[in-house]
Amino acid sequence: MELKQDPLSMNGNGDRNGAPAATPVPPLRRIVIEAETEPIHVADRIIDQERAYADPVDGILIDQETEPAWVEQRMRTEALSIAYGGKVAVKEVSLEVNSGEVLALIGPSGCGKTTLLRSLNRLVELTPAAKRTGRILLDGESVDDFDVTHLRSRVGMLFQQPNPFPMSIFDNVAYGLRERGSKRPRKKELEPIVVDALERAGLWDEVSNNLNHPALALSGGQQQRLCIARSLAVSPEVLLLDEPCSALDPISTAIIEETIVSLRSEVAIVIVTHNLQQASRVADRVAFMYLGDMVECGAAGQVFGAPMAERTKEYIGGGFG
Amino acid sequence: MAASPANPPLSARKPPAKRPPAKIESSWSIMDRVGLGLAWAAGISMCVIAALIVGYMAYKGLQYVNWEMITTSPEASLDQSATGGFLDPIIGTLLLTTIGIVIAIPIGVAVAVWLTEYGRPSGLARAVESGVEIVAGTPSIVLAIFGLLIFQQSFMGIFSFTAEGGAVFGRSFITAGVMMSLVALPMIIGSTREAMMSIPRHVREASYALGKDKATTIRRVLLPSARSGIATGATLGMGRIAGDTAIVVILLGASMQITPEEGPGGLFRGTGSTLTSFVYNNSPAGEGNAPEKAYAAAFVLLLIVIGLNAAVGLIGRRNKPQWN
Repeated sequence: MELKQDPLSMNGNGDRNGAPAATPVPPLRRIVIEAETEPIHVADRIIDQERAYADPVDGILIDQETEPAWVEQRMRTEALSIAYGGKVAVKEVSLEVNSGEVLALIGPSGCGKTTLLRSLNRLVELTPAAKRTGRILLDGESVDDFDVTHLRSRVGMLFQQPNPFPMSIFDNVAYGLRERGSKRPRKKELEPIVVDALERAGLWDEVSNNLNHPALALSGGQQQRLCIARSLAVSPEVLLLDEPCSALDPISTAIIEETIVSLRSEVAIVIVTHNLQQASRVADRVAFMYLGDMVECGAAGQVFGAPMAERTKEYIGGGFG
Repeated sequence: MAASPANPPLSARKPPAKRPPAKIESSWSIMDRVGLGLAWAAGISMCVIAALIVGYMAYKGLQYVNWEMITTSPEASLDQSATGGFLDPIIGTLLLTTIGIVIAIPIGVAVAVWLTEYGRPSGLARAVESGVEIVAGTPSIVLAIFGLLIFQQSFMGIFSFTAEGGAVFGRSFITAGVMMSLVALPMIIGSTREAMMSIPRHVREASYALGKDKATTIRRVLLPSARSGIATGATLGMGRIAGDTAIVVILLGASMQITPEEGPGGLFRGTGSTLTSFVYNNSPAGEGNAPEKAYAAAFVLLLIVIGLNAAVGLIGRRNKPQWN
C-alpha cells in the first residue's frame, strides 16, 4: 500500500477547522491511502456468491442465505431538497427504496444522510425551520397525501439510542397497535402479534419468560432489538434505521446486523451509518452522500469495490470523513 | 510567516531549559482561607440549626404529646384550646392538604405539559411562566385575603355558609383548599416540567415514528415517564400546604373544631382548624396561651412535614426512567 501526502483540495473544506480564510496558515495536509490498490474487501458480497461470512467479533456467523428473489420499489424521492433556515442539508436527491434489500446511506458527519432518512417518514417536519421541496412517494403516492400518523405506521424508524418506553416489554411492542381505533384491543388479541414481532427481532428467546418486566431493565442491545420488534409490530413496509448500533457494543452490533439482514426479505430497510464496514456487511445497495449531494448510489459491491466518483473513492479509501 | 527573534522558526527552537525544583508553598491567600473557613462554618451551622430545631421540638413535644391528646377533639369551652386534644386539627391538616393537592395536580400537570410540549406562541409561554412565578412569589397571606375577597361574592355562596341576610361567609375547607392549591401549584409545575424536559427528544420521536399523535404520546409515554417528577412536586406541595398558616387563619374559620355545614358536602363547606392554626392559637401569641399543647402539635406537624420530605427523596430516586 502506498501512502502519499496530498494537499486538501476538497470543495468547501477550506475553512473546516474554523480558521478564517485570510489568515496565512500552512496548507492542511493529510494522508490518502490509494483506494485502487487496496479496496475494502467486499467482493464476496456480490449477489450469488458465497453469502455467509464470519464476523470478526466472536466469530458470530451472519447467515445471508435469506437473499430474496425479488426486489420491488417501495419509496422514491424525486429532486428532494431540505433546508434548515438558509442552510441546505439535502440537495436535489433522487433515490429509490426497494423492498427486498438493505440500502445504506453513508457519508461523513453533516452530509445530510440523517435528514434524508428523517424526511422519509416526515419526522423532519418536527423541526420548525425545516423546509422541503421535491417529492417523496410511497407506493406511488406522495407522502404528503397521507395522514402523517398513517404514513409513520407504514414507515417505521429506529434511532441511535435505544429508547424503549418506560413500560413492560409486552406493552412496548403492543404500543403501536393500541389506540389505533376507538376500541382498545384486548391483550389476548395482541399476544400473537407481539410474540411474532419479538421472534422476528430475534428477542423472543431471551424475554419469553418475562414479558411483564420493565423494558428499561434490558441491556442496550436487547433494548434496541425491542425497538425493532416495536416497529415490526405495526407491520411497516419500510424500516428506517438511524445509526442503530452506534451506542452498542460489538457483540450486540453483530446480533442487530444479523437481524437486519434477516428482515430485508419482509421490509425495505434504509440504514444510515458512519461505519463503512457495517455498511459493507449489511447493505445490498449503498448511497454515498457528501455535503448534501447524493454523490453515488449503486450496488454495495460496486460502490465499495469500484466506486465511480472521485469523492466516493477518497471517502471509501479513508481519505476524509 | 516571517521569522523574528521573538518568534523563531520551528527549526531554530530549542526545548525549554530544565526548571529548578518547585518550592512547596501554598498559593492560598489569607482571604481565600477565611472564605473557605466561612463556607465550612456555614455548612456545618445548617446541620446544627436543623438538629436544634428537631431536637428541641422533640424534647418539648415529647414531654407533652400523648395518645389522648392526639385522639380527642378540642373542647368547645370558653377557653377552648386549653382543654381537650388536637384530633380535629390533625384531620383538618390531612383534609386541607388532600383538597389542595387534588385541585393542584391536574392543573399543575396541564400547565407543565403545555409549557414543555406546546409553548406556542412563545409570547404566551413567557406570560404563562411569569404567571407561575408571580403565583409562586405571592405571600400566602395575600393569597388568603384575595381568596376571601373572591369567595365572599354572593355567587360563591355554595362553597361556604350563607347567613340569613345573604352575606356569604367565604370561609370553609373548600375555599381554603382552593387557595392552598395555588401554594402547591408552582412546585408541581416546576417539578413536572423538569421531568418532562429530561425525557430525550428521541423518545418522543420514537412514539411519533410508530404513528402516534402528540396527545397519545403525552398520555402514554411522557406522563408515565414523568410520574416520579409529578409525585415529587406533589409531595413538596403537600409539605407547603401542611405548613401554611396564613390561609388557614383567614379562610378556615376560627373554631378549633371541625364544624360541617348541613346538606351534601357539608364537611367541605364547613370550617375547622389545622395543626398550624392550632399551634398559632395556643402559643403565647395567640389567645389560648397553652404553650405545651402548641409544642406537642408543632412536633406532630414537624413529623408530618419531615415525613413528606423523606418521601420526596425516595420517590425521586426510584421509578425514574433512564435512557442512555
